[in-house]
Amino acid sequence: MAGAHATQHPKLQHHFDNLDQQFEASALGMWLFLVTEILFFGGLFAAYTIYRLMYPRAFAEASHELDVVLGGVNTAVLIGSSLTMAMAVWAAQLGKRGKQLLFLGLTMALGLVFLGIKAVEYSHKFEHGLVPGPDFRFESAHDPGHSQLFFSLYFVMTGLHAVHMIVGIGLMAVLFVMAFKGRFTRAYHTPVEVSGLYWHFVDIVWIFLFPLLYLIDRHGPVVH
Amino acid sequence: MAHEMTAAAGNGGEMQGATHLVPIRVYLTIFSLLMVLTAVTVGASFVDLGPANTLVAVVIAVTKMMLVILYFMHVRYSSRLTWAVVGGGFFWLAILLLLTLGDYLTRGPGWLRYG
Repeated sequence: MAGAHATQHPKLQHHFDNLDQQFEASALGMWLFLVTEILFFGGLFAAYTIYRLMYPRAFAEASHELDVVLGGVNTAVLIGSSLTMAMAVWAAQLGKRGKQLLFLGLTMALGLVFLGIKAVEYSHKFEHGLVPGPDFRFESAHDPGHSQLFFSLYFVMTGLHAVHMIVGIGLMAVLFVMAFKGRFTRAYHTPVEVSGLYWHFVDIVWIFLFPLLYLIDRHGPVVH
Repeated sequence: MAHEMTAAAGNGGEMQGATHLVPIRVYLTIFSLLMVLTAVTVGASFVDLGPANTLVAVVIAVTKMMLVILYFMHVRYSSRLTWAVVGGGFFWLAILLLLTLGDYLTRGPGWLRYG
C-alpha cells in the first residue's frame, strides 16, 4: 500500500508482506477450523436425520415436550447477538473504541441471556424426568425408549452448541479487554474479525437446531 | 484524516484493505430478514403440510445460513480462496449426509417399519 518504505506496523509478522495478506491468512485459518466444525456438527445432524426417519412417532412425541416459546426467543436472542457482533467488527474497522466496547459487551450479554434461557429449559427437562438415563420417565409416550434417543441427541447437540457459546463468550471477554486497552486500530483488528466468524458460525448451528429439534413435528396433535 | 473515512470503504486509508466495510444499513436489513424468516418458520411449523413441513424448515434454515455467511461473515466480499474453502466445507458435508442417507434409504422396505 502507500509508503512501502514506511515503518513496519508492529503487529505485522515478518513472514507476511503486509497487513492485508496477514489478515487474509488469519481469516482463512479460521474458516478451515470452521469447516472441521461443520463436519463435527454434521455427524450429529446425520445421526439425528437417520434416527428420526427410523422412529418418526417417538421423535415427534419427544419433540412436543420442548418449549417453542423459549426456543424461539433464544433464536431471536442469538440472531440479535450476531447483529451486535457484526456491529463490533464495523466499529473496529472504523477504529471507534467506545462503540466497539458497547457492541462487544452487548454480544456477551446476549450470549449470557441465551445460556440462561437454555439453563431454564434444561432444568425443566430434569424436573420432568426427560433426561436420558436411569431416571428417564416419559409415561405418555408409546415408545419411551426411542423418545429417549431423541432426548440424547437433544442434549448432546444443544449441549455441544452451549459449550461453543461459552467459548465464544470467553473470546468476547478477551476482545473486550483488548479493545479497552486500545489494542485495535483501523489498520489492525484481525482478532475481532476472526472471532466474529466463530460467533456467527455458532449462530448458524442454532439456526438449524431450532427448527429440527423444536419445530418440524409441531403440526397436528400427537396421538399417544 | 477525515478524508480517509471516505477512502475506507474502498481500499485506501489506513484501514486493512482486505476487510470490507459493510454499511450498517445492510446489517440491519439482514437482521430484519433473519427475524422475519424465524417468524415464518415458526408459523409454518404449526400448519400441516405433510412431508413438506421438513422441506420448508430446511429451506428457510439454509436461506438464513446463506444470509449470515454472505453478509455477517463477509464471504460475499471475500477472496476466491475463501469461497473455495467455504464451498469445499459444504461439499464435504454433502458427502457425509448424502452418502450416509444413500445407504440407509436403500436398505429395502423393512427398514422404516418401526416408529
